[in-house]
Amino acid sequence: MVPLSYYLILSGILFACGVTGFLIKRNIITIFMSIELMLNGVNLSFVAFAAQWKALSGQVFVFFVMVVAAAEAAVGLAIIISVYRNRETLNVDRVNLLKL
Amino acid sequence: MTANLHLWLIPVLPLIGAAINGLFGRRFSRQAVTAIALTFCGAAFAMALWVVSQFSSLTLPYVETVAHWLRAGSFQVDFAFQLDQLSLVMLLIVTGVGFLIHIYSVGYMWEDAGFYRFFSYLNLFMFFMLTLILASNYLLMFVGWEGVGLASYLLIGFWFIKDSAASAGKKAFIVNRIGDFGFLIALFLLIQHFGSLNFQSVFEKVALLDKEASGAGLLTTVAILLMVGAAGKSAQIPLYVWLPDAMEGPTPVSALIHAATMVTAGVYMVARSHVIFERAPIALTVVAIIGTLTALFAATIGVTQTDIKKVLAYSTVSQLGYMFMAAGVAAFSASIFHLMTHAFFKGLLFLGAGSVIHAVGGEQDMRRMGGLRTKIPVTFWTMTIATCAIAGIPGLSGFFSKDEILWRAYQANWIYWMIGVFTAFLTSFYMFRLLFLTFFGSYRGDADKADHGHDPHGHGHGGIHESPKVMLVPLVILAVFSFVGGWIGIPAAWGGSNHFEKFLEPVFHASSPAATPEHAITGEAPIAEQTTETPESQTDHRMERIFTGISVVAGLLGLALAGLLYWQRPELPQKIADSLGGLYHTVVNKYYVDELYAALFVKPLVDGSSRILWRGIDQQIIDGAIDNSADGAREVSDTVRRMQSGSIRSYAGWIALGAAIVIAYMIWVGTR
Repeated sequence: MVPLSYYLILSGILFACGVTGFLIKRNIITIFMSIELMLNGVNLSFVAFAAQWKALSGQVFVFFVMVVAAAEAAVGLAIIISVYRNRETLNVDRVNLLKL
Repeated sequence: MTANLHLWLIPVLPLIGAAINGLFGRRFSRQAVTAIALTFCGAAFAMALWVVSQFSSLTLPYVETVAHWLRAGSFQVDFAFQLDQLSLVMLLIVTGVGFLIHIYSVGYMWEDAGFYRFFSYLNLFMFFMLTLILASNYLLMFVGWEGVGLASYLLIGFWFIKDSAASAGKKAFIVNRIGDFGFLIALFLLIQHFGSLNFQSVFEKVALLDKEASGAGLLTTVAILLMVGAAGKSAQIPLYVWLPDAMEGPTPVSALIHAATMVTAGVYMVARSHVIFERAPIALTVVAIIGTLTALFAATIGVTQTDIKKVLAYSTVSQLGYMFMAAGVAAFSASIFHLMTHAFFKGLLFLGAGSVIHAVGGEQDMRRMGGLRTKIPVTFWTMTIATCAIAGIPGLSGFFSKDEILWRAYQANWIYWMIGVFTAFLTSFYMFRLLFLTFFGSYRGDADKADHGHDPHGHGHGGIHESPKVMLVPLVILAVFSFVGGWIGIPAAWGGSNHFEKFLEPVFHASSPAATPEHAITGEAPIAEQTTETPESQTDHRMERIFTGISVVAGLLGLALAGLLYWQRPELPQKIADSLGGLYHTVVNKYYVDELYAALFVKPLVDGSSRILWRGIDQQIIDGAIDNSADGAREVSDTVRRMQSGSIRSYAGWIALGAAIVIAYMIWVGTR
């Protein structure tokens, strides 16, 4: 059986990749995908712990996270499409109308 | 309670007139404005006459509660009106003289652009004045009291474009506030100690108290504070300064408000509160001294004035002083008697002066008049009657009322009488001076105005001319009353029976401390004239006749002197004035009282409020505190604002950094 620490390290790597992508990428789609990556990194550690401790609550959390992520993807993509239609760009640095 | 009189209608009628003319008068023709104003004022007068016809069937005092006003625990004030002999007399004077002056004003103000405004104010004044005299508690009286002050302010400043008129109105208002302050404190004391402001319940409770013969107590305090209020409204020392300036208003206003009615409100209030005053001998003495001094003081100033209206204004102050002198010696009915005759002859004098001013095209300086006797005969004759009446020429109204006052004053203290007689001499002198300067000699104004002049301003419509009928009729009616008005109060010493005093007796003697033996000290007066012809009263009558003779001689002396100086030898007054030098200048400048007040009160107040309160406290401390806190808030937010860059990535970076720190800390804690 694969030890728990392996899962956690993979989960940490995934999460760190997500954070890094979120911070350095300009394309809004990529940022969005980075967020999904972070969520899935967290999901991985949830299920790992659930398997380790034979507790269902970790898996239930994962379902919640998936539902939220799906809803977020639906709304977020709709926003992205409408931003693109208006601004003809996906660069977040140029979506700055509200800035001072 | 007998029939319902609906007394409340009397004040409300003029209010309706004021409202209609005030709100819509701008669109009405002058005729419509006149009709409305005269109808409502006349209706009040007619109603007053109807009340007189019902009077004998009433149980007095007749009180009518229209509505409840204030209720706080056991303290209660109602909209209630009271009718007794005193308020009936005032009611007739105010509505009667008021109505005549309304008629007169139609002619006088016809060409003024503010015609409707004028009548609206005049009706408003009638409303408040009638509220004042019909009120059955001090608070409602105070409402009327303040209201007539407001109307007075509006009418003094009627020609508010003129700077002098605007500031005269302001002066009247502010000086009256000082008096009202005293009045108000007196009301608070009454509430505190008697728990009521109703005349009847207050007086009932006061009547149970002893006279404050030794030392000053509550009643003395209340009475003196009331007198402060009366001094403000009735232009007594030290608050008389506003009345001469009030002559900036149109002349009918001077006649109605500043001679016949409003300024007598203080006398009325003191007479109404006689129960309190009678139990406070010190306060009564104060009233008598103030009245006597004011009578003398104002009369001396009146001698030197050259503006026809100013002479009459100081004369009014002086006559009001007589009324207070009478009130101060507890001769309240004599005071009200003089109030009534004064309303007739002084109203007439002002209206006559208005007619003169009208005739000579807005000129008010008597030095530029003269010889008007033949040109405006009706005005001349009516004014002559009024002058004789005020000077105390026997047979006319002023003779009886002034004589009554002087006699009562003598019974209290001969000093009052001495000053009173000397003032009567001065009164006669300055009034005949006015008459001779205006109507005798030769015309001293612009020569062309006498014949065919074109006066571009004022009332000028060329030439000296008699006023229209609408102005002359009130003059004639008032002249008749100035002549015969005194006949209802002919004292017993002259074979009369003094109906007037008998009529007012239930008001003034019902609750007076007459029952107590020490009464002899207070009045020395109230029962002096009983009809029973005891030997004692015979001597009294002889004495009274002698004293009357003396004051008549004083009056005639004044007439003779004025005739000599201003008719026969017109060059003399200037010489006398020159020889008097400084004294003359002091009097001409009204004893520098205005300057004194300006230096003592006005300037420190203005300086204090502009330097300390305005520039110091308001601008530095209050504004400064607000400005500084606003600046501080801006600076802080300016610094904090930089954190909110709007760049999502930097926010995410901060979150990641924070999370990393928290995790590092937890790891450090876990591995320790």
